[in-house]
Amino acid sequence: MITDGLNSGSKPPIPLWMLAELTYKCPLQCPYCSNPLAIAQSRGELSVDEWCDTLSQARALGAVQLGLSGGEPLLKGGVSQIIKHATDLGFYTNLITSGVGLTEKSIVALKSAGLEHIQLSVQAPEEVLNDQIAGRKCFREKLEAAALIKKHGFAMVMNVVLHRHNIGRLGELIELAVHLKADYLELANVQFDGWAYLNRKSLLPTRDQIDQALATTREYEKRMQGRLKIFYVLPDYYSDRPKACCNGWGSLSLVVSPSGFVMPCLGAHKLPIDDRPNIRDQSLGTIWRDSKLFNSFRGYDWMQEPCRSCPEKTKDFGGCRCQAFLLTGDASQTDPVCALSPKRSLVDTMLMEHEDVAVNQMVYRSLAESVRQCDR
Amino acid sequence: MELNVPLPHDAFIQMARPFRFQWEPAQDCFVILYPEGMVKLNQAAGLILNLCCKHNQSLAQTVESLAQDFGQEPQSIQDDVQEFLRIAHDNRWIELRQ
Ligand code: SF4
Ligand code: SF4
Repeated sequence: MITDGLNSGSKPPIPLWMLAELTYKCPLQCPYCSNPLAIAQSRGELSVDEWCDTLSQARALGAVQLGLSGGEPLLKGGVSQIIKHATDLGFYTNLITSGVGLTEKSIVALKSAGLEHIQLSVQAPEEVLNDQIAGRKCFREKLEAAALIKKHGFAMVMNVVLHRHNIGRLGELIELAVHLKADYLELANVQFDGWAYLNRKSLLPTRDQIDQALATTREYEKRMQGRLKIFYVLPDYYSDRPKACCNGWGSLSLVVSPSGFVMPCLGAHKLPIDDRPNIRDQSLGTIWRDSKLFNSFRGYDWMQEPCRSCPEKTKDFGGCRCQAFLLTGDASQTDPVCALSPKRSLVDTMLMEHEDVAVNQMVYRSLAESVRQCDR
Repeated sequence: MELNVPLPHDAFIQMARPFRFQWEPAQDCFVILYPEGMVKLNQAAGLILNLCCKHNQSLAQTVESLAQDFGQEPQSIQDDVQEFLRIAHDNRWIELRQ
């Protein structure tokens, strides 16, 4: 009677899931940020009108889930106007925020714009560690934001990126989610890309930490009996199969960057594909259907061995293209996380490389640091 | 408000937060949306929720409309409707409307 929609590939593919990165401005400096290292080079943010037009085009293609992120989306002037337009179009909207800067006034505006739910990031279960990871004081503001979110009747997802410095505090994090009355808790093991790749030696959890974390999550899930839904995103490095690349490259989702670049995924910035389609130059439909970028890894024809003849390719699509590129230098290779990859030793070497670096010794995400990284 | 299935005939239901029910032309079906996800409904399930939640019909009215549309006995439709509502209830998609 029911099929789980986000797992059922449709033909021709529909970009059901859209992520709008409204701005790279952010009050926090998390050292695992998924934004590109080159945030300092980003120029010319899309205006509110341009966003509205982009959303109309996406909706016409069938997009229905809309994530609004950044940076910090609350720093985008006119964010409520953008959400209002998305609501009118029939999108189900999700604001992905640090909570910093959320006020009674702004949340009322978001509510009347029709925002459906809010994903609030938390770095750690207590102030000192939280603020160290975020690179500034913000824990209390986050608690206040959580209270506002619940007060105004939003569904709330509490999101925590897990890494060596906070994964041991998982029990406390779950208790915090209960205390804040989160409806969902998303525990996402850090994905080593961009800023996180820079800091990988410090962020990488140990295998013992991972095993312990999984056991803790299971135990709490039982105890909660569905009162709090926990999504636990496994770390792929310690696994022998890669994660499925966003349900297939160009098959389900698209990302639009603050200045209008359209990509199949967050990490596609740095792939060596000489096509950077921008919504200012082409329609979204043309980009989605015909661009070189979106067609580069669609389907299975681009694959090399061992993926090409592997029966599991319909499940994991050969793993993450960005990771394959980052580690092997060739984006069409098997994701080296896979035990069948001839390059798995690259990952194993990395697992042995982790170092005990203090939290505040990591490279924090900031414009100044971005300039330094780009100059290298 | 909590509900017990099977539901009485005169009950009215509505979607529970944070679930949203709508028609998606691009997918040619009704769907339920929620944080980070979507469920595609088959025709029967879509029609049931459409009558109950969009057209504000009671369960008895819903069963009657469907029986007429499909030229079937109300009793067999009745069982299908209760079966679907049990699934919907287990998933916390719906609640009673006062
Ligand atoms: S290529 Fe990698 S980063 Fe990009 S969507 Fe696929 S899995 Fe994610
Ligand atoms: S060889 Fe390729 S398709 Fe097969 S499991 Fe590994 S990554 Fe997946």
